[in-house]
Amino acid sequence: MSWKSEWKKLALIVSVFLAFFYLPVGNERFDSAVLEALHLTKWYAQEHVLLCLIPAFFIAGAIAVFISQASVMQYLGAKANKCLAYSVASVSGSILAVCSCTVLPLFAGIYRMGAGLGPATAFLYSGPAINVLAIVMTARILGLELGLARALGAVVFSVLIGLLMHLIFLKEEQQKSAQQMLMPDEDVKRPLWQNALYFTCMIGILVFANWGKPAEETGIWASVYGAKWFLTSLFALALGFLLVRWFAIACWKVLILGLLVSALAVAFDQPLFAFSAATIGLVVITSTDKGEAGEWFSSSWGFAKQIMPLLLVGVLIAGVLLGRVGHEGLIPSQWISMAVGGNSFSANLFASLAGAFMYFATLTEVPIVQGLMGNGMGKGPALALLLAGPALSLPNMLVIRSVLGTRKLLVFVCLVVLMSTISGIIFGNIF
Amino acid sequence: MKLQVLGTGCAKCNNLAQAAETAASQLELDYELEKITDINQITAFGVMVTPALAIDGVVKVAGKVPDIDELKALLLTWQ
Repeated sequence: MSWKSEWKKLALIVSVFLAFFYLPVGNERFDSAVLEALHLTKWYAQEHVLLCLIPAFFIAGAIAVFISQASVMQYLGAKANKCLAYSVASVSGSILAVCSCTVLPLFAGIYRMGAGLGPATAFLYSGPAINVLAIVMTARILGLELGLARALGAVVFSVLIGLLMHLIFLKEEQQKSAQQMLMPDEDVKRPLWQNALYFTCMIGILVFANWGKPAEETGIWASVYGAKWFLTSLFALALGFLLVRWFAIACWKVLILGLLVSALAVAFDQPLFAFSAATIGLVVITSTDKGEAGEWFSSSWGFAKQIMPLLLVGVLIAGVLLGRVGHEGLIPSQWISMAVGGNSFSANLFASLAGAFMYFATLTEVPIVQGLMGNGMGKGPALALLLAGPALSLPNMLVIRSVLGTRKLLVFVCLVVLMSTISGIIFGNIF
Repeated sequence: MKLQVLGTGCAKCNNLAQAAETAASQLELDYELEKITDINQITAFGVMVTPALAIDGVVKVAGKVPDIDELKALLLTWQ
């Protein structure tokens, strides 16, 4: 046997069994932490996967397939209007960076071949925070105001960071000559208003299916809540119509699905049956399609395949370490409220620093922040962590360093930590 | 011919590498496939939206994974 090739496997087996050898089963804190993890994962599976995540995956898939990246990138080119470049860079993450793995190449591209350091860093900061999936999950699980604050904070502060980076390194920027940028293939398949309508339908389904019960019994929010499934069905109907009209889906398929879903909706009091049937139907129809709808499905499925396992593991880990709201996990609540409780400068700074160095797989920052907040983390530090977290991590710092160099990276990290801390403090003071 | 797949190692990049390999071997071409994962090398090609495919150093596909038939057509016209 050759030790050279086998030692890794042996080490793995030995360490797994050693871990189980010393597993503290029976220890009260450990047992309850494991239970907490299962409870938390169950809650996610029941409350968030079907109504929230699956529609969000379809929207993310549609963005990747139907929105032309070239049309966005032209505003980030070397000759682009600087003012416009900053604004586009700060918001285009929602369209360009559906998956976190595309953020870094785009960042390097904007820096080397496009609008330069300022817009590139603006994009790098806001991109991971404002993609559709991140906004949807944050708003749904951590509350609407935190979701909005995260998106807004990311956009506003990304422009600030970009401008500061540009000013600090003004001299080097002027010496650097931009390379020729290669635009991705432009293939516009349908006019903008058609795309807008199509996205409106999907966002309508997502928003109304997840409409939360308001505190008051009367008023506009309560009446929307009462009509939420009616409104969801209206948007679903419209989506079905658009699929037939513009995506060349056979009319009879959509019709059969529509009838089946309505029958289920009438037969059962629980709208989840109809919703599941509609989802399965949509999957069947789009996945068997050879054209654009098929492309749409395969890109949505790509995201689901990539993100679901990460999220599941993330939720389990967050559950073990932090527990649910009001319950403790492995980490004592005291530690957390000591480090990041309240809204002090040090709490916000600590949250930003931790977020900047820690690696969060796509979307896992949400259950982790949820667990931390359940254990006494303040709202300000939560926002600080959400802002600094996905934008930076040790592994991606190494890549950024290879693009920017050490000096610029250090300045960028300092700016990110500083800005996230400030926005945390502001947010914590308002709410 | 030389096929270069540019991408930092995400799922789509691996799909593109596989698709390119399948297309090239179905056409029974004499090819070598290289995966370029270094971000600086990728930008040196002028590519911003990964994954991308370069044939003999010329970028042919950027930002998407074309299906096998499309790739075959690309490879044939290049020859």
